[in-house]
Amino acid sequence: MDILIYGTVNSIALALMALGFALVYGISRVPNFAHGALYVITGFIAWSLLRGLGLNYLLSIVLAIIAIGVVGALIYQFVLIRVRGMAISEIIASYAIGLAILEGLRWGGFKGTTYTLPVFIEGSINIGDIPVDLHRLLVIAIGIAVVAFLWLFTHYTRIGLALRGMAQDERAALMLGIDSDIMAVVAMASGAMLAGLAGIVLLPLGNIVVEKGYDVLIQAIAVCIVGGLGSWMGAVLAAFLIGFAQILTVVYLGTHFQMVVALLAIILTLILRPSGLFGMQKELEERV
Amino acid sequence: MNTEQRRKERIDRGIKVRTDGLYAVMSWRELSYLTLPRIVLIVGLLILPFVMPSMYWQRVISIVCIYALLAVSFDLLAHFVGLVSLGGALFIGVGGYLSAIMNTSLGFPPLLAIPIATIAGAGICTLLLLPCLPLRGVYFAIVSLMYPLAMTRVIEALDILGGTDGIMGIDSFPNRWVEQYFVILMVLLFLFGVRRLVNLDIGLVLRAVKDNDQAVRASGMSITLYKAVAVFISSAMGCLGGACIVHIYMWSGMSLFALDFSIIPIAATVIGGAGTLVGPVLGCLILVPVSELLREFGTLRIVFYSLILVGFIVFRSEGIMVYGQRKYHQIERWVKV
Repeated sequence: MDILIYGTVNSIALALMALGFALVYGISRVPNFAHGALYVITGFIAWSLLRGLGLNYLLSIVLAIIAIGVVGALIYQFVLIRVRGMAISEIIASYAIGLAILEGLRWGGFKGTTYTLPVFIEGSINIGDIPVDLHRLLVIAIGIAVVAFLWLFTHYTRIGLALRGMAQDERAALMLGIDSDIMAVVAMASGAMLAGLAGIVLLPLGNIVVEKGYDVLIQAIAVCIVGGLGSWMGAVLAAFLIGFAQILTVVYLGTHFQMVVALLAIILTLILRPSGLFGMQKELEERV
Repeated sequence: MNTEQRRKERIDRGIKVRTDGLYAVMSWRELSYLTLPRIVLIVGLLILPFVMPSMYWQRVISIVCIYALLAVSFDLLAHFVGLVSLGGALFIGVGGYLSAIMNTSLGFPPLLAIPIATIAGAGICTLLLLPCLPLRGVYFAIVSLMYPLAMTRVIEALDILGGTDGIMGIDSFPNRWVEQYFVILMVLLFLFGVRRLVNLDIGLVLRAVKDNDQAVRASGMSITLYKAVAVFISSAMGCLGGACIVHIYMWSGMSLFALDFSIIPIAATVIGGAGTLVGPVLGCLILVPVSELLREFGTLRIVFYSLILVGFIVFRSEGIMVYGQRKYHQIERWVKV
């Protein structure tokens, strides 16, 4: 029973982490290696607003998420757009930005166990005889809300439809009057905001530490690869697969193996089914 | 309005054109035009240990050479095969731990343990990276990024290979001159070896894999095999560096998988000139001493490299070496359009 509950929470958490990466990659084909850094820095922005400036918790959360969206847009507009289409430079540039953010935070003294965000709702309830704190239940609710919102957004709004058009065929989208550069900026900004939202929702469950940036990046990538790069629904399903696998390993083997689960998942997927469970790319394109 | 415009014209120097052909050997002037840059590099590297003021800076030279090996291996993979490796630390770590184990458990002397660790380590790295070789796209970058991070977790979790303390009591090189000249000679050997390699038939195939893999497949060659060969060669360079570094520091630990080993070679390659193979070595000669001077800043150094890296990639993607080659081989002049 506790495996079921904590597995679900973990899976939703993974889905939240991965959605931003999947969105950016799906739309502009830029692997955003700065994803984990955006996740962590949002936590620190919110922390600074909350503790440093003494703002209201809700207000500092909203401000932090808006700020990270702007950062994402700026990263795209000033760096990634210039190297777009050059695979090597895209990877190196986004990785270097992520490293700069994370190691800059580490240098700035943001390390150790002193940085925590408060949980949204205190307290816990018992499901059956398992105590579950309310924040974890809230994670499930927010996760479902985000997925539903994304689905509605990409199916019923103009910008959402334009984004999907670009993801499917950039040239055809250009021909229909969709400005691919602006859309890519929008995609990057919303990807960053999703990363930030994930950070805000998940960081209260533990300390804010720089190392989480790398973990989150790797777990997000693992989920995206297993689900098929660029496929959002695949990412959600893969999050459940990996989420339960991780909880099972934690229960039966130990916490250190969480990372190994992600790595094994990637390797197995690459060997057995390179385009993932629901890869949008045709398998022939990927497998040389 | 002045409609007259000028543009810069670049023309090859006469001597460059002459030395391209077989007749280069006819005159001393042309011979020296060809060989001077190479001799400057070789002699420069060989006298470096003598001109360094202190033991500390001599040690820095060895570290520069290890980074140079890694950077050349990154350049070979990224710009000749099209595989971006974000995890140079994997090569260093595997080579380093292998050599450390062979030295402490089996009692091999360093000069025997290093070659074995190089070959065996390259084999292990190639096997680890094999699943993503048949695929295109970002998979190689992702998987190579993950391995060093996962390795530290595995070592920590299983408490193998000395756990968090690392392996101590590793033999050093017989003396520091052997140490320095060994790494310097290895850098020169691999640098010129790889330059030769990319111009051989296999080098052509590798570049074809980067530019148009379908054409390679259509010619009946296995892309996976050629990529595996390239990964083997470049991970051999990385493992050699790792094997040397444990014998220099006489210690092998989880810091072998640290980020520095992944990011400095990339930065050096981009600054020095991507795709030139000599450029990365120059980049290391500049970056690593600077990094030693900035040692007190701690992880700020990584921020500094990353920002330089982004700046160079976005604004000056050619790098020092390409710029230098252009100035050496060509004259520029303004002409009216």
